[in-house]
Amino acid sequence: MLFTGTKSYVATPDLMTAVNAAIALKRPLLVKGEPGTGKTVLAREVAASLGRPLIEWHVKSTTKAQHGLYEYDAVARLRDGQLGDERVRDIRNYISRGKLWEVFAAEETCVLLIDEIDKADIEFPNDLLLELDRMEFHVYETRETVKAKNRPIVFITSNNEKELPDAFLRRCFFHYIRFPDKETMERIIDVHFPDIKKALVREALTVFYELREVPGLKKKPSTSELLDWLKLLMVEDLPPDALKAKDAKSLIPPLHGALLKNEQDVHLFERLAFLARRESRGD
Amino acid sequence: MFTDFFLKLRDAKVPVTLKEHLTLIEGLKAGVCDWSVESFYYLSRATLVKDEAHLDKFDRVFGEVFKGIESLSPEALLAAIPEEWLKKLTERFLTEEEKRQIQSLGGWEKLMETLRERLAEQKGRHQGGSKWIGTAGTSPFGAYGYNPEGIRIGQDQNRNNRAVKVWDKREFRNFDDKVELGTRNIKVALRKLRRFAREGAASELDLPDTIRSTAHNAGWLDVKMVPERHNAVKVLLFLDVGGSMDEHIKVCEELFSAVKSEFKHLEYFYFHNCPYEAMWKDNRRRWSEKTPTLQILRTYGPDYRAVFVGDATMSPYEIVQPGGSVEHFNEEAGQVWLQRVTEHFRRLIWLNPVEERRWNWTQSVKMIERLVGQRMFPLTLDGLDRGIRALSR
Ligand SMILES: Nc1ncnc2c1ncn2[C@@H]1O[C@H](COP(=O)(O)OP(=O)(O)OP(=O)(O)O)[C@@H](O)[C@H]1O
Ligand SMILES: [Mg+2]
Repeated sequence: MLFTGTKSYVATPDLMTAVNAAIALKRPLLVKGEPGTGKTVLAREVAASLGRPLIEWHVKSTTKAQHGLYEYDAVARLRDGQLGDERVRDIRNYISRGKLWEVFAAEETCVLLIDEIDKADIEFPNDLLLELDRMEFHVYETRETVKAKNRPIVFITSNNEKELPDAFLRRCFFHYIRFPDKETMERIIDVHFPDIKKALVREALTVFYELREVPGLKKKPSTSELLDWLKLLMVEDLPPDALKAKDAKSLIPPLHGALLKNEQDVHLFERLAFLARRESRGD
Repeated sequence: MFTDFFLKLRDAKVPVTLKEHLTLIEGLKAGVCDWSVESFYYLSRATLVKDEAHLDKFDRVFGEVFKGIESLSPEALLAAIPEEWLKKLTERFLTEEEKRQIQSLGGWEKLMETLRERLAEQKGRHQGGSKWIGTAGTSPFGAYGYNPEGIRIGQDQNRNNRAVKVWDKREFRNFDDKVELGTRNIKVALRKLRRFAREGAASELDLPDTIRSTAHNAGWLDVKMVPERHNAVKVLLFLDVGGSMDEHIKVCEELFSAVKSEFKHLEYFYFHNCPYEAMWKDNRRRWSEKTPTLQILRTYGPDYRAVFVGDATMSPYEIVQPGGSVEHFNEEAGQVWLQRVTEHFRRLIWLNPVEERRWNWTQSVKMIERLVGQRMFPLTLDGLDRGIRALSR
């Protein structure tokens, strides 16, 4: 079955090809892109559209590869030993399964999301190479080998905080989600708010894309911010014309909070000339 | 053509390996792409490129290699497409019965041959293609559901035109790490520096504290962990000011200051064109408050990593002649001082905002490059990357 996007997710043809390659060859797909470009939801959408269970592994700076396999709680066992607990005799009582084990043990093909892999230590991806390649690992404590019953479909996202090792990259497909162009963005808006007024979208997108062009913004608003903002505009039932304000000050209230999230950016925006440009264009 | 593509990518410094090349062929065999050039482009991109910095190079090479495909003869086209791919393509649309039919026709070889003839015919006719479409049941290819779109790689004007645009648009130009540092890629640069500063933090067992608190617990185990010691990278920046490079210097200064908290120590000094017997910390008071270079060398040990930033563009006299400086009388030549500094700081690089390809045009750049032991890098993401790597060694 081919992935072609879903009712709630717009996939461009290049993304579809990358996803389908990853599914067909059962190799991980590494997804990068600006924040809010739909990296994380992609795995959810693919899982939903293929009708596969999704297992999410969110990586933090302290996450180790081993956590994904299993953890052996030696300290608890020591404690139990001191307390004379019977449980202590069976080492399996102190082994807890990680996400990868869960995926490997599943009876059907799962979708595994390893979200924000770059948050972890630089050794993390290397430590997972073998496991992702062969889809198996060894549990030293019990001397058993855990093998995937079904090779999972693996999505890995990165925000580029760290570079990933070459050996790791060679095993993945790669897709960089480009910031959506206007046309794609309109489709994204459409799947989220099918009833939104077209005129409002038009005005909002003009403001949005010009805002993104503002040099020196600390944080460019992204898709998720645009969606939040549109929701606000809809709730407040602002007329599209409100976005055609002639001066930055009066445009700030409908923008603030949802699109520009820090004070500095708001100030910068106030000083902006782009509205002057809009004015001189005469729309 | 595939091999050619592969080699050209390598020439263009897209780091593709055989493994990826094989994955691509595997992908084709598995029928991942729908036999249009566009979809082949997407598949090969997802397979061969692993970093957005290389996407633009990839686009250029793709455009170059597959540009001529429209004018290729069907034979060349067929030769270019791995036979395996065609087989798979046919298989995908074949029923068991049809497969048997093929056998009776003379097997795959026969099929390929017929296919070749058909392609030649198709090319001969202006309205090529009609023989494929709507001939289901009469032509083996029609019957077997040979996707005419697929065979027409590069021949269907419409499709191709649309596809060509994708890579010719060069949408990833900005991601190329050869462009100079600016506001756009400064974030990436920052991350690179942070990584340089940190390089792994984890937790480890705090044995003394564990023993202490276990004892305190009357013998019940109480494990204590501590974060691993933070990386102790110390950096000394030497910035060339007062010239055409001020804008770049500023970028660089901001860059390092932004990650200041990540380094154990970060200090900077200014110089002009070439380091001499003194440098300064405050540009407004550069004439009144100087720090002797020897003092800098005494204060900051060889465990500091030295980063010079400057265009190294000056008259050679400023490097080799005592008294060669344009601003003051220097007793000893610039190169003597630079040598002292490079001898002191084992880990040292020189970042140059001037485009790398222009370095050869200026004698002084070559001289400085030699003086710093060839550790001069352009002030681009890629250069920063290489520089940091040199510093980490
Ligand atoms: N192509 C798309 N189709 C539909 N919705 C999208 C699309 N891209 C982004 N969105 C919406 O934008 C929001 C952000 O998506 P998501 O959290 O996946 O981004 P992300 O790339 O993972 O961001 P971050 O880097 O911050 O983790 C979601 O609410 C999602 O619904
Ligand atoms: Mg995310």
